[in-house]
Amino acid sequence: MQNAMNLIKRIFRFYYEGFKSMTIGKTLWLIILIKLFVMFAVLKVFFFPNILKRNFKTDEERSKYVIEQLTTKPK
Amino acid sequence: MEHFDLSLVNWSRAQFALTAMYHWVFVPLTLGLAFIMAFMETLYYKTGDEEWKRITKFWMTLFGINFAIGVATGIILEFEFGTNWSNYSWFVGDIFGAPLAIEGIMAFFMESTFIAVMFFGWNKVSKKFHLLSTWLVALGANLSALWILVANAWMQYPAGMFFNPDTARNEMHNFWEVLLSPVSVNKFLHTISSGYVLAALFVVGISAWYLLKGRNVLLAKRSIIVASVFGLITSVFLALTGDGSAYQVAQKQPMKLAAMEGLYEGKEGAPLIVIGALTPGKQYNDNKDPYLFRIQIPKLLSFLGYRSGDAFVPGVKDIVEGGYTYTDKDGNQKVALSAEQKIERGRIAIQALADYKNAKELGDTTAMAYHRKLLDANFEYFGYGYLNDPKSIIPNVPLTFYSFHIMVGLGFLFIAFFILILYLVFFKEFKINKWLLRTAILMIPLAYIASQAGWIVAEVGRQPWVIQDILPTVAAVSRIDASAVQVTFFLFFIIFTTLLIAELRIMFTQIKKGPKDGGK
Repeated sequence: MQNAMNLIKRIFRFYYEGFKSMTIGKTLWLIILIKLFVMFAVLKVFFFPNILKRNFKTDEERSKYVIEQLTTKPK
Repeated sequence: MEHFDLSLVNWSRAQFALTAMYHWVFVPLTLGLAFIMAFMETLYYKTGDEEWKRITKFWMTLFGINFAIGVATGIILEFEFGTNWSNYSWFVGDIFGAPLAIEGIMAFFMESTFIAVMFFGWNKVSKKFHLLSTWLVALGANLSALWILVANAWMQYPAGMFFNPDTARNEMHNFWEVLLSPVSVNKFLHTISSGYVLAALFVVGISAWYLLKGRNVLLAKRSIIVASVFGLITSVFLALTGDGSAYQVAQKQPMKLAAMEGLYEGKEGAPLIVIGALTPGKQYNDNKDPYLFRIQIPKLLSFLGYRSGDAFVPGVKDIVEGGYTYTDKDGNQKVALSAEQKIERGRIAIQALADYKNAKELGDTTAMAYHRKLLDANFEYFGYGYLNDPKSIIPNVPLTFYSFHIMVGLGFLFIAFFILILYLVFFKEFKINKWLLRTAILMIPLAYIASQAGWIVAEVGRQPWVIQDILPTVAAVSRIDASAVQVTFFLFFIIFTTLLIAELRIMFTQIKKGPKDGGK
C-alpha cells in the first residue's frame, strides 16, 4: 500500500514538475484546452448530435429506421 | 434516387473533405518526425555527444507544437459520422467501430503516456528509458494511424464481413481479413511512408534555412544528414508501396485507375501517361481525344496494373458499358456487367431487403429465406441500386488525373532531391549552394501538396462510393437540413484556419529562436 502511494506521488510529481517547467508548452496547453472545449462543449453538444442515439432508444429501433432509410425514397 | 437533395450530399462531402484535409495537415509530420527524433536520440545514446541531445530536443519542440495543435482534430470526423453520415455509421457497424476503438485506446495509452516521459523525463528517467519512450511515441503514433487506415481501406475494398439484414449492419466475420487485406496493408504502408518523406523534407528544409542564415550550422548539417538518409530510404519505399497500391486499385477499383490515367477507352498494352493535359468537357462516350497532349511510356500501365505488358486495362467507357473479360478475386475469368446491369442487380438487392423486412414483420419464414437468398445473391451490387444513371459511377476524372500526376511527379522529385543532397554531403564535403538551400525550403510546401493530392486520388477517385459498390454517398448521408451542414462547414473552416495560423506562428517563432540552449 505504502509502495503504491509512493509510486502515485512520484508520478504526480513527475507530471507536476514537468508542467511547471514548461515554457512554450503552456501556450500549447492553452490551445489544446480551448480546442477541446470548443469541440466537446460547443460543436458536439449544439451541432453534432449522434442522430441515431438521440432519436431512438434501442438498437432494434435504429436498425428498423436505417432499413427504412435504405429501402425507401425520401419524401 | 433523383429525390435526394444533392446539395445536402455535396455540402456533407465538402464538410468531410475540409475536416479530413485539415486533419491531414497535422498528421503526417507527427508520423515521420517522431522517427527522425528517435534516430537522433539513438545517436545521442550511442555517442554521448551532447550536441545530438540538443538537436533531438529542438526537433522535439517542433514535434510538440504540431502534435498539440493537431491532436484530436480527427475526432471531428467521428462527430460527422454520427450526425451527417448516420446511415453509413450504422451500416458499417463494428467494421468501423472496432478499429476506431482500438485506435482510441492505443493513442491514449501509448502516445499520451510516453509523450509525457519524452518531454518531461530528460533528467528524471534513465537515458535508456527515455530513448525507449521516444521510440514508443513513434510506434504509437504510427500504430494509431494503422486502425483508421484499415477502416478506410475496408471502405475501398470491403473484406472479412457479411451483411446482416436483421440489423442492417455489416458484421465482421474475420478480423484478420479486415486487418491484412492487400488494400489495407498497401494503404497503411504507403500513407505512413508519405508522412516519413514529408517529415524528412520538413527537417531538411528548416535546416537549409539555418544554413542560409549561417546559424546553428552543426545542428543543420547533422539534421540534413539524418533526414536525407531517412528521406531517401522512405521515399523509395513510398514509390514501391505506391506501386503496390496502384496494383490493388487496378484489381479492385478499375474505375479509379481509369480516372487516374484519364483512360476512357480500354486497351491491351496500355501506356502510362507521364505528363499530360486532359481535353476539357470530355464525355465518356464522345469521340474526342482525351488528351490535349501527353508524354507516355508504352505498355507500362498494363504492366503496373496487371503485371503483364500486354494485359487489357479497361477504360471509363468499358467499365460503364461492360462486356470485357476480367479476373475476379477468386481467380475466375468473368465478363464484366455494364453499369446498367449492375444498377438492376442493386435494385433487386434493395427490394429484397425491403421484402425481407416485411416478411419478418409478418413472421413468414419461407418468404424471409427466399428474400434473404435474393439479397445475398445480389448484395455485391447493392449500392448500384441507388443510382439512376450509369454515368454516375464515373468520378471527377480531371481532379483525379491531375492529383495523381502531381503526387507521382513530386514523389520522384523528392527521391532525386534526397539523392542530390546526399551526393553533395558525402562526395562534395557538404558544399551546398544557396540555390539548393532555397529549393530545400520550397520542398516543404511541395511535400504537403503531394500528401494532400494522394488523399484526393484515394477519395475523389472512388466516388460515388462511400463503401465500394455497396453504399454510395447519396444513400450514406443523413437526411438533415443542408443549411445546418453549411453553417458547420464555415465554422470548421474558421476553427481549422485559426489552428493552422496558430501552428504556423508558434512554429515560425520557435524556428527563429532555434535550439533552447544555443548549439554550435
